[in-house]
Amino acid sequence: MKRRVLPGLHLTLGLTLLYVSIIVVLPLGALVYKAASLGFVDYWRIVSSGRSVASYRVTVLCALGATAFNLIFGVALAWVLVRYRFPGRRFVDALVDLPFALPTAVAGIALTALFAPNGWFGAYLAGIGVQVAYTPLGIMVAMAFTSLPFIVRTVQPVLEDLDPALEEAAQSLGGSDSIIFRKVVLPLLTPALLAGVSLAFARSLGEFGAIIFIAGNQPFQTEITALLTFIRLEEYDYQAAAAVASVLLITAFVMLAVTNLLQARALRYTQRA
Amino acid sequence: MKISLDTVVKTFDTFRAVHGVSLEIESGELVALLGPSGSGKTTILRMVAGLEYADSGKIYFGAEDATDIPVRDRGVGFVFQHYALFPHMTVAENIAFGMKVSKVKRGKQEIAARVADLLRLVKLDGLGERFPSQISGGQRQRVALARALAVDPKVLLLDEPFGALDANVRRDLRRWLREIHDELGITTLFVTHDQEEALDLADRVVILKDGKIVQQGTPEEVCREPNSPFVMSFLGDTNRLPATVANGEARIGDATLPAPGVADGRAEVFLRPGDLDWAVEGSGVAAKILRVIDHPGGRRLLVAPKDGGALELDVAPEIRARAGDEGYVAVRRGRVFAA
Repeated sequence: MKRRVLPGLHLTLGLTLLYVSIIVVLPLGALVYKAASLGFVDYWRIVSSGRSVASYRVTVLCALGATAFNLIFGVALAWVLVRYRFPGRRFVDALVDLPFALPTAVAGIALTALFAPNGWFGAYLAGIGVQVAYTPLGIMVAMAFTSLPFIVRTVQPVLEDLDPALEEAAQSLGGSDSIIFRKVVLPLLTPALLAGVSLAFARSLGEFGAIIFIAGNQPFQTEITALLTFIRLEEYDYQAAAAVASVLLITAFVMLAVTNLLQARALRYTQRA
Repeated sequence: MKISLDTVVKTFDTFRAVHGVSLEIESGELVALLGPSGSGKTTILRMVAGLEYADSGKIYFGAEDATDIPVRDRGVGFVFQHYALFPHMTVAENIAFGMKVSKVKRGKQEIAARVADLLRLVKLDGLGERFPSQISGGQRQRVALARALAVDPKVLLLDEPFGALDANVRRDLRRWLREIHDELGITTLFVTHDQEEALDLADRVVILKDGKIVQQGTPEEVCREPNSPFVMSFLGDTNRLPATVANGEARIGDATLPAPGVADGRAEVFLRPGDLDWAVEGSGVAAKILRVIDHPGGRRLLVAPKDGGALELDVAPEIRARAGDEGYVAVRRGRVFAA
């Protein structure tokens, strides 16, 4: 081994590996082990049952909707926070972290109160025939609320570091604002956007506390996969719970792998020859 | 394209960056804006480009009032201090950017041919597919220039074009930029804080201080006839000595210097190190050598005159001198300004 100047590598490496093993690998291993003890036929029967599949559909579609909403809204919010100086900017900046800090159950109850048919928003929306609480729309609202910080907080630093001279150069070359945004700003934000989107989507897939209050939790309609896992646990059917949970786990892994690949592609230009 | 500035003023918050500057740049001229940091030179360049708007005053391109034309319609090529190449585009894509977004539609092949021409012009053939992170600083600088030239600008503007490069690359690029300018004949304005760069490259040098023009002229004019102590000391090393003027002559030690137009009384004499000579015997300012510093082209003596103060002089390498020697500093020429 080469001699190193900076001390502490062995200690920190050892500690890190130990912690990762105990906190991450061991529980996930136990989950896989539990699910695997079912045998393939039983496993497949549980994860492909009508109620399970319906829960995947609700969870994934709502997570996609929430992430798409946050992609637009989160980028706009990050843009405003970085590019403009207005009274209350620091307050808005602090508010972005609220979904991180707030217990998700509190968020769920607050959102339910707002969107229930007799709530502040719900009453108006009922007037135009839109029901949010106890529908997939409600699930989307709860997911969007809890995953917003991921996109804002990944895009914000990249936007802050974006050299204003790049946009000025594009302007001096005759580029219109929309061309500059599409050809210069957006490609440079893409890696951060991918990271933010994958984190927000993964968070939405696994969100539980904020959703169960507003979702209505009707099997086949508004029952999310995390809740189905919880129900199986309450029935002491640990193996079935592990099987359903493993589907969420695999989905999250695949998605993170795909976004990492995409990110590497988007960052090709930083590699030296 | 001739550029004219008419009493242009620019203020940032409470700080006044440019105080009523008027300037004419003839078509095809290569002009340097030279000044220390905070002198307003970059602000002037950015106003000519349209990257800042003047608070008052007018900027003309030829006969056309360009003051309110936005940068994207002004037809300038701007080379940024740190090049501002688009990092996610290849060298060729960077150069093609202006042509692709232009209102004048060009075919793919026409653009590719022009990119190839420009790569040849800036001597980067074969590097079109590299990303900016994969080429050297000097190469990036040339890509930035090719990108600016690709849109056929009426005016070329460069902000500290060689600031971030090491000395050898800088000198080569300087000569090369001069060649390109002479070949294309495009009106060029560049900003620098390096007097050597300005004198080496420009047809005319505009010297700025605190947002005002102090002096402008050819390199010969500003070097031989500096109009103020500031210009004198900004353009190169100087020795500064107090002196007394009587009857249009300044006296330092045994030596006298003509001081035309300077009122009798106290004054300051500015002497370039190269305008002084060292002799063991003779006349001039009696002094003692403190240090000898050797350079490839000669030696610099740090001496202490008998009457106090300190002087630096550049002498030929053959001159025999050692720390502690005593002798005389002969003054060949110098400039006298009222104190």
